[in-house]
Amino acid sequence: MNTIKKILGLVWMFLAPAIIWFLASQAIQKIAAANSLTKSNVTLQWVIILTIFTPICIGFFIFGYYAFKGEYDQLPASSQDLE
Amino acid sequence: MSFDIKPSKISLVIGASSVGTLIEWYDFYIFGMLATIISKQFFPSDAGTSALLSTLAIFAAGFIVRPFGALVFGRLGDLIGRKYTFLLTLVLMGGSTFAIGLVPGFATIGWAAPILVLILRLVQGLALGGEYGGAATYVAEHAPANRRGFWTSWIQTTATLGLFLALGVIILIRSNQGVEAFSAEWGGWRYPFWMSIILVVVSILIRMKMSESPMFTKLKSEGKTSANPLKESFGQKANFKMVLLALFGAVMGQGVIWYTGQFYAQSFIETVCKVEFVQSRNLILWAILFATPFFVVFGYLSDRIGRKWIMMFGMLAGIVTYRPIYQYFLDATNANNRTEKIDLANTFVSEKLAIVDEKVCTKLYVVQKIDTAYIDGAKFSYTKTDTLFLTDIIKDASTTSIYYTQPNAMDAAKLDTIVVKLKPTKGAFLDATKTQEVTIAAASLKPNIVVEKTLDQSTYWNLIWLVFVQILYVTMVYGPIAAFLVELFPTKIRYTSMSLPYHIGNGVFGGLVPFLGTLIVEFTKTADNPAGDPLAGLWYPIGVASICLFIGVIYLTNKVDKEVMD
Repeated sequence: MNTIKKILGLVWMFLAPAIIWFLASQAIQKIAAANSLTKSNVTLQWVIILTIFTPICIGFFIFGYYAFKGEYDQLPASSQDLE
Repeated sequence: MSFDIKPSKISLVIGASSVGTLIEWYDFYIFGMLATIISKQFFPSDAGTSALLSTLAIFAAGFIVRPFGALVFGRLGDLIGRKYTFLLTLVLMGGSTFAIGLVPGFATIGWAAPILVLILRLVQGLALGGEYGGAATYVAEHAPANRRGFWTSWIQTTATLGLFLALGVIILIRSNQGVEAFSAEWGGWRYPFWMSIILVVVSILIRMKMSESPMFTKLKSEGKTSANPLKESFGQKANFKMVLLALFGAVMGQGVIWYTGQFYAQSFIETVCKVEFVQSRNLILWAILFATPFFVVFGYLSDRIGRKWIMMFGMLAGIVTYRPIYQYFLDATNANNRTEKIDLANTFVSEKLAIVDEKVCTKLYVVQKIDTAYIDGAKFSYTKTDTLFLTDIIKDASTTSIYYTQPNAMDAAKLDTIVVKLKPTKGAFLDATKTQEVTIAAASLKPNIVVEKTLDQSTYWNLIWLVFVQILYVTMVYGPIAAFLVELFPTKIRYTSMSLPYHIGNGVFGGLVPFLGTLIVEFTKTADNPAGDPLAGLWYPIGVASICLFIGVIYLTNKVDKEVMD
């Protein structure tokens, strides 16, 4: 199981930037396609989406990194383990 | 180690915490419940879908700042104590909700209206971000180890009951006032916001009687509270990795299941299936009423068999069944699937012609209404309002007005031209013979089609059952999660550590379900398929829940932590 956790860590590390890339490319595409009436609204929506999900994806990357390094092989049993 | 607590005190702890949290949820959700009206009141009247999306974005902004509220108030809660922190969040929430009800509409103060609403919405989000973690921590820190899931599950009912209260109050006011008075600029839709101040005062009085959490008091007396909860929560790898695990392995999936089952379901039934306002809300109310006890059932069960698998099963059930459930919603409310009309001769067309807009006529509305009744009791209503801007056909609107109009066909499908007779409003305006006849092609009209469906009893109860099933998934993922989060983190930084993943998962991943769902459906609209794929919005919650389920199954343990005093 620990090997699976580590291998999946690589998957999460790959998935995080892939999600950012997907969202950014969608943003560029949709903002470019918007007409003059809706442009500001569409831009605002995508700025919100990118602003929110970029840090979350960074967190997801770190999660993947921790998983890959074996940090989740043994979860802490008490608070002393978190010190 | 455990604290002996009298049964009467247990009731007070749970009751006082739950009532305050319930009111905060109520405050937060009335905004979402009234999104359609708010978009008309606080945005330009001709903005259409973009106004609704902007309102949903403001609605979402309230969710997005919740993690920041979690950081600010979580830190305070770990520094000065749970009790005073969630008293403060209650005051902030009540004040901002009341103030939203006082903001004049776009027609009165222009763009200041949406900006003010946005600011107040952000304050709401911050307050809620501080509230939940405090209440859950407070109750859990009073609970014996073998009852933690059961006790905290009462706090878990408050989010759904807050939604129930918000819906109930709105329906009550709307049915008493009537649609027009309710939707007016200073109409009844503001009352639920104003009511909040009374509820909050009552809740503050109750909470003032509460004492501080025994665990926190002990920690404080021993001088073991954290000096810097933020640094200890997120600056130390050992704790930060658990924050990430809680978020990606449990809370983000729980968040999307929660908001799909309750918010997206209601929005879908009303805006996509076009079920009429009161019926669409009533069916959610029934489903919530039937499902709410299961929060406590699954909270109790999690003390016996562990938290993990109950939550994971709830996610799996949502992933597998969402699309069939929503497909049923579409099929059951599709007029094309119904043939058994009571009597085709009773199907009627009515017109309200030439409703002249104000004294100087600039617009003409041609309203066609088709009501169709079915043998099973269902009634579908189709209203098409064509707006003709007279500036398109007459050069000088100040000297000419509509005298008479007549569509050349009664059937909406055949309405291709409208005959308008114009007459001068100055000079010889009383002389009806001096009119000018103009024929306008229907293509130049700006149609607004409103479809409202009243369901038959059988379909109505089927929809209640399917919403109930979705809320049952919510009770599985949400019932045990407070106890699950409390057990992951130590007392001295618990408020901060559990609040952040909870509010990112619920506030961001969950709160964005209606907004992103609507946006994804917009993406699927093409020239060939202008309606788009109405089920496409479900891919967002299904995708997020799938990743979370996968991570949860692989990385989480099912062990219930008996000792949270450390």
